[in-house]
Amino acid sequence: MIKLEHVDKQFADHHALNDINVEFPEHETTVILGPSGAGKSTLLRSLNLLERPQSGIYQINDEKVDFSQELSTSQILRVRRKTGMVFQSWNLFPHLTILQNITEGPIHVLKQSKQEAEANATKLLQQVGLDGTQHRYPSQLSGGQQQRISICRALAMDPEYILFDEPTSALDPELEAQVLHVLLTLAQSKQSMIVVTHNMEFARRVATKIIFVEDGKVEFDGTPSEFFDHPTDRIHAFLNGMQF
Amino acid sequence: MWNTIVNSTPEIFWAGIKFTIPLTLISFAIGFVIAVVTALVRTSTPKGNPVVAGLWGLLKLFLSFYVWLFRSTPLLVQLFIVFFGLPNIGIQFDAFSAGIITFSLNTGAYCSETVRGAISSIPDSQWEAAYSIGMTYRQVLFRIVFPQALRVALPPLSNSFIGLVKDTSLASSITILEMFMVSQQIAAKNYEPLLMYSIVAVVYAVFCTVLSVAQHYLERYMSRYVQVTGE
Ligand SMILES: Nc1ncnc2c1ncn2[C@@H]1O[C@H](COP(=O)(O)OP(=O)(O)OP(=O)(O)O)[C@@H](O)[C@H]1O
Ligand SMILES: [Mg+2]
Repeated sequence: MIKLEHVDKQFADHHALNDINVEFPEHETTVILGPSGAGKSTLLRSLNLLERPQSGIYQINDEKVDFSQELSTSQILRVRRKTGMVFQSWNLFPHLTILQNITEGPIHVLKQSKQEAEANATKLLQQVGLDGTQHRYPSQLSGGQQQRISICRALAMDPEYILFDEPTSALDPELEAQVLHVLLTLAQSKQSMIVVTHNMEFARRVATKIIFVEDGKVEFDGTPSEFFDHPTDRIHAFLNGMQF
Repeated sequence: MWNTIVNSTPEIFWAGIKFTIPLTLISFAIGFVIAVVTALVRTSTPKGNPVVAGLWGLLKLFLSFYVWLFRSTPLLVQLFIVFFGLPNIGIQFDAFSAGIITFSLNTGAYCSETVRGAISSIPDSQWEAAYSIGMTYRQVLFRIVFPQALRVALPPLSNSFIGLVKDTSLASSITILEMFMVSQQIAAKNYEPLLMYSIVAVVYAVFCTVLSVAQHYLERYMSRYVQVTGE
């Protein structure tokens, strides 16, 4: 279980997270929605400690982080061990082959043997339908393929939660479908996931919980059916704004 | 004439093997380490402890001064100061060490700017992706950032390296018996300066050409993951 209490993040000229109190249940898919600039990425990146809020409590399973205190390096590494991250522009390591991209963390962070890491990587590649690309470089693959590789890279670390920041926003619809299919499979296998997305169909079909963020505040926290079938005026306006 | 060439070329070449090449290799290796450390210190800011932050700031200031100093004074003058000047205040080096020290510091100053540029050309997203799989600062640096930055830095670093090969001829002025000094000595004896200096020029050119070819292959290897044409 991830739990945030009174989390606050202030950039120089912008209050990005304003007293966030929210829970992300285990083995479920929580989707974060909200307009551009709402603070969705800031919220998600805080869970991986790529962003550092100034105050608040962040509990992830047995690990408790007090943002008002100086965090030790070992604590930061422990939290990152529990959270995998998938970025909008995938950010694979261009100088490493696909196989090396996936085994880099397991070998050098988890200290797995090369054989073990590679066997596991191959299994993951099979799962996302990209077995055979092991010895190619990221620049030789399409965006959709690279994003599926980056999901493998996160999965290879066996994290407790996987965080997705608009994983399909940079993709054409056809490639987006391939990536969403992988996410759907993960959701069905009860992987704990938190997904920021603008894809309403995905939110409606896959999410077990929806969080709606606006101006750095959580404006809605509930089930997809509440969100989509009984929207407040503000949510109604947001949903209408998503269509043309 | 043919005899002169056959007799003196091996001697000049041997001076190259004994002095020019070691001077270049050792100085460049030390200079490169200085460059990387200087670039890293100048691009990072430690958080937290104000005392550490203050000392770090001083160190940065000192390194900026060092880079400025060596980039804005002639190499020949630097060599003279280290070898002929410093003994006045009781600091004495033999000629070879004075050469190594000066060439290393000079190369370090120039290459630190190259390395700094190359490191900052690697996007933040690479750091973030590496941190997100739990890597430490050092792991990110050595496993993700340096290998990519080296590719960017290779052409300008090769320039500095080839420049250094030729700059070691200045070491003749502080009594080091490198190639140029040896060719001067032979010319003084056989009164064939045109021939002697042409020979030494050719030997420098041979060394530099070998390096350029090596650079070409190294660049090709380091760019193996870069897609030149579209798919
Ligand atoms: N490093 C930063 N410095 C200053 N302001 C920032 C920084 N990062 C984000 N912000 C601001 O914080 C606010 C929230 O940004 P965030 O990226 O979290 O929004 P978002 O909900 O993810 O938006 P989008 O849907 O466009 O990705 C924005 O107004 C943004 O301008
Ligand atoms: Mg965002």
